[in-house]
Amino acid sequence: MITLADQLLVLVLLINFISLGTSRLILSIRAVAVQGVILGILPGLIHPFSWHLVGITIVIIAVKGFVIPHLLGRAARSAEIKREVEPFVGYVPTLLLGALFTALSFGFAGRLPMLPEHQNYMFVPASVATLMAGFLILTTRRKMISQVIGYLVLENGIFIFGLLLAEAMPIMVEAGALLDLLVGTFVMGIVINQINREFSSPDTSLLTSLKEE
Amino acid sequence: MFAALIIIPLIGAAVTWLIPYDRLRPKILSLFTFAHLGMTIDMISFTPPESPGGWFHLDALGMIVLLSTSILFLSCAIYSIGYLFYRRERSNRVLCVGLLVCLSAASLVTITHHLGLMWVALETTTISMAPLIYFNRNARSIEATWKYLLICSVGVALALLGLYFLAYATIVARVEPSLLLDDLIRDADKLSSGWVHAAFVFLLVGFGTKMGLAPLHTWKPDAYGEAPGLVGALLSGGLVNLAFLALLRVYQLCLATKEITFFQNALVVMGLFSMIVAAIFMARQADFKRMLAYSSVEHVGIMAVALGLGGKAIFGVLFHILANGLTKGVLFLSSGNIHRSYNSKSTNHVRGALRRLPWSGGIFLAGFIAITGSPPFAPFISEFTIISSAFIQGRLLIGAIFLILLSIIFIGMALTVLPMVMGEVPPDSETTSYRDTIWTVGPPLALLLLVFLLGVWIPAPLMTLLRDASALLEVHQ
Repeated sequence: MITLADQLLVLVLLINFISLGTSRLILSIRAVAVQGVILGILPGLIHPFSWHLVGITIVIIAVKGFVIPHLLGRAARSAEIKREVEPFVGYVPTLLLGALFTALSFGFAGRLPMLPEHQNYMFVPASVATLMAGFLILTTRRKMISQVIGYLVLENGIFIFGLLLAEAMPIMVEAGALLDLLVGTFVMGIVINQINREFSSPDTSLLTSLKEE
Repeated sequence: MFAALIIIPLIGAAVTWLIPYDRLRPKILSLFTFAHLGMTIDMISFTPPESPGGWFHLDALGMIVLLSTSILFLSCAIYSIGYLFYRRERSNRVLCVGLLVCLSAASLVTITHHLGLMWVALETTTISMAPLIYFNRNARSIEATWKYLLICSVGVALALLGLYFLAYATIVARVEPSLLLDDLIRDADKLSSGWVHAAFVFLLVGFGTKMGLAPLHTWKPDAYGEAPGLVGALLSGGLVNLAFLALLRVYQLCLATKEITFFQNALVVMGLFSMIVAAIFMARQADFKRMLAYSSVEHVGIMAVALGLGGKAIFGVLFHILANGLTKGVLFLSSGNIHRSYNSKSTNHVRGALRRLPWSGGIFLAGFIAITGSPPFAPFISEFTIISSAFIQGRLLIGAIFLILLSIIFIGMALTVLPMVMGEVPPDSETTSYRDTIWTVGPPLALLLLVFLLGVWIPAPLMTLLRDASALLEVHQ
C-alpha cells in the first residue's frame, strides 16, 4: 500500500502546481476538491481498518471534496468572476517559487525523525510543500476567491500531516477542526458576496482604504 | 459544572436568535452573561474536580483568564443595552448571538487541558467575532473583516500544525499519543527535540498572530478601528487574553522540555518589536480607535516580554492579564460613546470631549492615564513588577529599552488623547442625538473603579490565585 499512498501524495503535489499556475478559478476550485478527496482516501491506506477511520474518511471527503468547493463555486458564480486577472506576482515566478519551496520542504523533512513505519512515506514533505503552495497563492493573488483557495490549500497541507495521527487524535478534535474550517469558509463566502454589493467586484486591491497616512 | 459554563451561553445564543424583538435581545444577553459571571465566581471559589480523563481542568491560569473575560463580557452586555438603543436602524440579532457563542467558546478555552480542543475553541472565537466586526455594514468594515478573518485563520491554522507536530513527537517517543497538557508535561523529557522545536515555532507564530504580536499584528488596527466599541473591547481585552493563555500553555510545556531559553528569547524579541511598532504608529495617530489598537499591540508586547523574562515578571504578567483586559474595556467603551456623540473618530473633529460629554470624556481620560501605567491604577502595579524584575535579574538592556518605549508611548498617546478631551468643542461639530446615560456610562465607570481598586488593593483570594498561577510557570528545579 506504500506505493499507492506515495503516488497519491505526488498527485497532491502536482495539484498544487495546477492551483499555482492557472488563472481559471473553476479549475482551481476543482483542483482543491480533488485534493480533498485524496486526503479522505489516504488514512485508509496507512492505518489498519477501524470505524473511527471510516468516519474520518467520510467526513473529510464530504466536507473538503464537496461542501466547501460547492460553497466557493457558488460564491464565484454569484460574483460572476471566472479568472484571476493580474496577480500581484506573475504565474511563472510563483510556479518557480513553488518548485523551490517543494525542494526545500524535502530538505526540512529529512531532518525530522520519523517512526520506522512512516519512514518511507513522503507525508511530511508533501504536507510542508502544500502548506507553502497555499501560502503563495494566498499572498500573490488579488481576487478574494483565489485567496480563499490559497487558505484551503494551506489547510490541506496541514491535514496531510494530521493524517499520520488519524488514529491517535480523538474524533471530537478532528471533527471540530473540520467544522471550524467549514464555518470559516462559509463566512468568507458571505463576506465575498457582501463585497460584491459594496464594490461590485471582489478584488482585494480595492481594499486599500484602511492604512496609515 | 464545566458543561454548564459552556452550554448556558449557547442556550442564551439560541434564545436571542429566536426572539424577534431588537429591544429585548440585549437584556437577554445581559441576563445570560450575568449568570455566566455568577458561575465563574462559584467555580473559582469552589474549584470543581478535574473531569475524568483530564480533558477539563480549571487551574489557576485558566481562572484568571476566565474571570477577566467574564467580567468584560458582562460589562459589554450591559453596555449594549444603551448602545444598541442608538443603533436601532439595524437588527442586532447577529451581534447578540455572536457574543454569546464567543463567550461559550472562550469559556471552553479556559477550562480545557486538551490542546486540540483548546485549538478548536480558539478558532471558534475568531470566527464568531468576524460578523461583529462587520456590524457597521460599510466598505471599510468589510475590508477590516476580511483582513481579520483571513490573517487570523491562517495564523491559527499554523498553530494547528504545531499541535500536530507535538502529537507526532509523542508517537515517535513511543509514549501514549496525546494532546493532553498534563500527559505532555509528564512525558516532556522523552519527546524528540526536533519535533518539539518545530512545534514551538509554529505555535508561537500561530498564537502570536491571534494575539497580534508584531510583525503579525497587521489586521489589528483595521479590525479594532472599524468594529463597534464594545466589540473592540472584547477583542482587545478578551480574545487577546485567550490567545495569551494558549501561549502560556505552550510555555508550561517548554518549561518541562529543555527548549525554554529559545522560546523565552523569541518572546522577548517579538515583545520589544511590538512595543517599537506601537511607539512609532501611536504618535500623531489621527484616528483614536486605531490608536487604541496600537495600544493593544503595545500591551501584548509587554506581556510577551514579561513572559520571556520569567522570574518575578511572571506575577506581573498574570496581573496584567486582568489589568490590561479591564482597562481596555474602559477605553473602548468610553471611546465608543465619544464616537457616537461626534459621529467621527478622527481627532481633527473630536475636540473638547470633556465639555460635551463630561462622563465619557472623563472616563476616557482616566482610562488613558491607567493604560499608560500611571499610579494609582492596576496596570501600574503589573508594569512596575515587570520592570523591577528585569533589573533584578540583571537584564539591564531589556529593562532600559522597555522603560524608554513606555515613555515614548506615553507621550505619543498623550498627544492624541489630550487634545481630544481638552479645549473647546469645534463650532462646526456635528450634533447627534447621543447623550450619556446610565447604561452607556455605567459599565466603563464600573470597570474603571475596578481597575482603580486593583491598583490600590489586591484582595487576599486574588493574591493567592495569582501566586498559584505563577507557581505553574516557574522553572522546576
